[in-house]
Amino acid sequence: MPVLAVVAALLIGAVILLLMDADPIRAYRALYDGAFGTKNTFADTLIKATPLLLVGIGICISFRGGVVNIGGEGQMIVGGLAATALALSMPDARAEVLIPLCLAASFVAGAIWGGIAGVLKAYFNVNEILSTVMLNQIATYWMIYLMSNTLIDPEQISAASRIPETDRLPRQSDLPRIGPWLDSIYEWLGLSSAESSRWAPTLLHIGIIIGLVLAVVVWIFLWRTTVGYRIRAVGKNPRASRYAGIRVKRYMVLSLLLSGGFAGLAGGIQVLGVRHRMSAEGGAIAFTGNAGFNGIVAALFGKLHPLGTIPASILFGALLVGGNKLQRTVQVPSALITVLISLVIIFVVSSDLWSRHRARRRVTLAAQEPASPPGASAAAEMDGVR
Amino acid sequence: MIDQLLDSSVLIGIAASGIRLATPYLYAAIGETFGQRSGVLNLGVEGIMLMGAFSGFWAVYTSGSLALGVLAALLVGLLMGLGTAFINVTLKAEQGISGIGIFLFGLGLSELLFQQSFDGVVTVRGFPKIRVPLLSEVPVIGEIFFQHNLLVYVAFALVPIAWFVLNRTTLGLKIRAVGQNPQAADAMGISVARVRYLTVTFGGMMAAMAGASLSIALLNVFQQNMTAGQGFIAVALVYFGSWRPFGVMAGALLFSTVNALQLWVRTKGIDIPAEYASMAPYLLTILALVLAAQRVDQPAALTKPFERGE
Amino acid sequence: MKNRWILLIALLIAALALAACGGDDKEETPTPQPPATEVATEAATEAATEAATEEAPTEEAATEEAATEATEAATQEVAMAPEETATVEATEEAVTEEAATEEAATEEAAAAEAAATPRPINIELPEGRTFRVAVVTPSTGTDLAFSQSMADSLAEVQAALGEDRFEYAISENLFVVEDAATAIRDYATQGYDLVIAHGSQYGSSLEEIAPDFPEVAFAWGTTVNTFKDEGINNVYAYEARSEQGGYVFGVMAARLTQSNVIGVVGPIETGDAKLYIDGFVAGVKSVNPEIDPIVNYIQSFGDLALAAEAAGAMLANGADVLTGTAQMVPGAIQKASEEGALWFGTQANQTNLAPEIVVANQVYDWTVVLEEIINRVLAGELGGEAYAITLENGGLRIEYNEDYALPEDVRAAADAAVEAIVSGEVDVMAAIEELAGAPATEEATEAAEEVTPTPTSGG
Repeated sequence: MPVLAVVAALLIGAVILLLMDADPIRAYRALYDGAFGTKNTFADTLIKATPLLLVGIGICISFRGGVVNIGGEGQMIVGGLAATALALSMPDARAEVLIPLCLAASFVAGAIWGGIAGVLKAYFNVNEILSTVMLNQIATYWMIYLMSNTLIDPEQISAASRIPETDRLPRQSDLPRIGPWLDSIYEWLGLSSAESSRWAPTLLHIGIIIGLVLAVVVWIFLWRTTVGYRIRAVGKNPRASRYAGIRVKRYMVLSLLLSGGFAGLAGGIQVLGVRHRMSAEGGAIAFTGNAGFNGIVAALFGKLHPLGTIPASILFGALLVGGNKLQRTVQVPSALITVLISLVIIFVVSSDLWSRHRARRRVTLAAQEPASPPGASAAAEMDGVR
Repeated sequence: MIDQLLDSSVLIGIAASGIRLATPYLYAAIGETFGQRSGVLNLGVEGIMLMGAFSGFWAVYTSGSLALGVLAALLVGLLMGLGTAFINVTLKAEQGISGIGIFLFGLGLSELLFQQSFDGVVTVRGFPKIRVPLLSEVPVIGEIFFQHNLLVYVAFALVPIAWFVLNRTTLGLKIRAVGQNPQAADAMGISVARVRYLTVTFGGMMAAMAGASLSIALLNVFQQNMTAGQGFIAVALVYFGSWRPFGVMAGALLFSTVNALQLWVRTKGIDIPAEYASMAPYLLTILALVLAAQRVDQPAALTKPFERGE
Repeated sequence: MKNRWILLIALLIAALALAACGGDDKEETPTPQPPATEVATEAATEAATEAATEEAPTEEAATEEAATEATEAATQEVAMAPEETATVEATEEAVTEEAATEEAATEEAAAAEAAATPRPINIELPEGRTFRVAVVTPSTGTDLAFSQSMADSLAEVQAALGEDRFEYAISENLFVVEDAATAIRDYATQGYDLVIAHGSQYGSSLEEIAPDFPEVAFAWGTTVNTFKDEGINNVYAYEARSEQGGYVFGVMAARLTQSNVIGVVGPIETGDAKLYIDGFVAGVKSVNPEIDPIVNYIQSFGDLALAAEAAGAMLANGADVLTGTAQMVPGAIQKASEEGALWFGTQANQTNLAPEIVVANQVYDWTVVLEEIINRVLAGELGGEAYAITLENGGLRIEYNEDYALPEDVRAAADAAVEAIVSGEVDVMAAIEELAGAPATEEATEAAEEVTPTPTSGG
């Protein structure tokens, strides 16, 4: 069903493209090529999907635990800050030490940031939507402060333009690229490919593997451990959980803590794997790329299941990367891509109704019976357009 | 340092500025209050605000009529609200995620339409300041409260009206019943869907007014993404006000006044890092809520689509 | 739970009470209040319009009359404004009403832009050769600021060379650096002759990408770093010396201000915004070291409402000349026009936003840099040089607002400042550095006087 929804969204997009005098077929071919066309572009898609996946599996935990974490942006930022600060303070450490330490630091920082919202909710009854929205902004200003004062690249201090960014992080902190490994696996499988289509030159780093492994870990955690069971129980029915002797407040904090931790890790991986420095230029969104929000979308597309989040985040990453390629190829305004992505989100989430009878009793949703004719959501959308 | 701020003109300036800044939050948050009271969380307020800002601006620019501008914004808000209601109520979509979709839709479409209809940033002649007769002459109070434009007054007038509707009318009772216990409301013969359509559509119209209050009253200009996250703050303020119109107003005023204060602090040359000053409104909003130790639970059915006969 | 609201309301009431008490004490002090109330200005305008028709500034009598009328009309706080400010504003309003009718005020951008004649483009494109440029920008091409300046310049080059001989592609809104990197790489693969990374945040990406495409020329701005030291030879660097125009505007602002209060609204203290604002402050200080411009970096590039209120706070503190930079300034301009304060624009021509108050704009014309780079690329050199647009090479243009009656002595001072910067007599960078190094007012004064022999004609 989600596939049909995506097709419907793209059809509406085609109409808009026609209205803008652009060739939809050429545009959508560019979208596909831009996301999956070559190993290089597929690598870009996977790189884009990595933070979505990490934020997304965190979201799985928090939504299953009955708390709405929309603070992914802020948690990513503090995670990135922690990794950056640590890497800068240990310029001589070896990679085997530095990388795990930095990633752990980013997880802890994100967990603290998420945990603040958790404590506020559990013990001060401050709604987590309010606190996470506010904490996002606070993290942003904090980042700007650190970038332009404490952590600023010494070279920038004397520069007249004084760009608020750190020095490049030590090379040992770069996440290893996995292209060569993939190539050797290909070879071992007898799939040795031509020189032109190897993984080696791509920028694909180990972050995606970390994400995949953690998705499995979180799946086991949520469904095969007592703690995971209790988190889900609290999310499903806090009152019953209380009667069953579960310390509800503690588990609320825990789910926001873990959720924030994964978002923080996403921030750390962005710094070590992609950016290699942190910068306040362009504000928070330039660092997070909106992954704190898009990760929520990916998680919900994946039915709040860590394993479902994997394909969902890759598809969403593909949409983002391919959308940019579409913009370049047919030279439409970037705003059109935003509209296109929003249509996909709205259609997929609206079509959820039909496929929902299988996934009964999700956290925030009571089970629904199938209803509503297809195409109805399209009509709603057009209402909005007009 | 503090004494520089304890001057009448300064305090008046801060208070008046806080009222202006609070206006868009008020519209959006009051509208959102209705939606949430009936059990629908709309995270897409920001997107509807942008669409309202654009349509109002466009109408005023092309027609020169402020009334048409307001009408256009309300109409677009109505359509966006209906669409939101359809997605969330009829199609029972997950509300957090559909809100993000609606936000992106408004963000992209308003920018696209703006680029298609204007060559660049232009201005319009928006709502003029209205000095309320007599009241505006009252020292201090007059300057703070009674020298604003029409849309500011309307926003504040909305608060008691919203309170009255929610607490003293049958409709309000229905809205609260639907948000608290839709099954019971349904059993009593209240159409849950109809009530939710009503509140969400109203919320959309108010969000659009919030945008228009920026583009044709307070700033008289439209620019891409000009709301800069205000829609999300507005949603947060609904939680701050525990779904009560006056609480929402207190939150909007607190947030905006602290924001105005931090601008003034820096204008007065008081030396604190700009980044920390900018943090203040966000920090204090959380802090105020912690100190006030609220014990209000959200509408029981918030974010839960209604399904008959469970 | 009710207690909370009582607490908050009590706080608000307390604040109001404080305000009230303060008001009683300081009734007499003439705090410069924004006098632009409807009644006052209307009355003043009426009176002043009659006089203003004579063109020549024989305002003395007329404006005095206007001021008295204004005072009468507005009973309270309006009268607290110093007479001078009131008169200036009255005349300005009058001029506006004269020059631009109500609708024209909002609609005509053409008149202001017509004032700027595009400079001739000097690119020697061989017959049959089509030059292709791709540019990646962090904001939209209609931001009335940084990105738009590059988009406009490319359009200008295209207009000069013809659409079939000069093609360009733009990817806008790429605020996420990885997305920009993908775009840059993609454009390079597609065989564009020149790929421009128009944002200082794109540097580290370019450093990685450029070596992979040794046959493609890249350009990065705004910066001076071409990565030559890193052994990369196919990257050009470009920057805007926006502090120069800032300095000139500072000189003008210091002469135009009556209240000696000048306000600046900035985004984040970095890059182009910092250069412009530092230059502006140095310019102000060169004329009157006593003035400390109020600089407020509001920590946002997009929040128009916040920019408006920041400007409002400055105006309420008596500022009568404002400037600002980045995408959110339309909010501040609107506020300035409401209160009749003067405005200096930068990065693009902002006259059409408020024709009655914009004095002048510093406009970025990147064609100067594009021309140099393209000619070198055509000659087979792919990088290694750093360029700048300056007042001297015409890349920075000061476009005056024809509708604003700029006093001649101020214009002369501005021209002198431009000349001094072009001739090297004034080194704005040095002036900025000395200001930064000398926080004490006295030292700053000396420093400013040392480096700025701006003639003080007609004071």
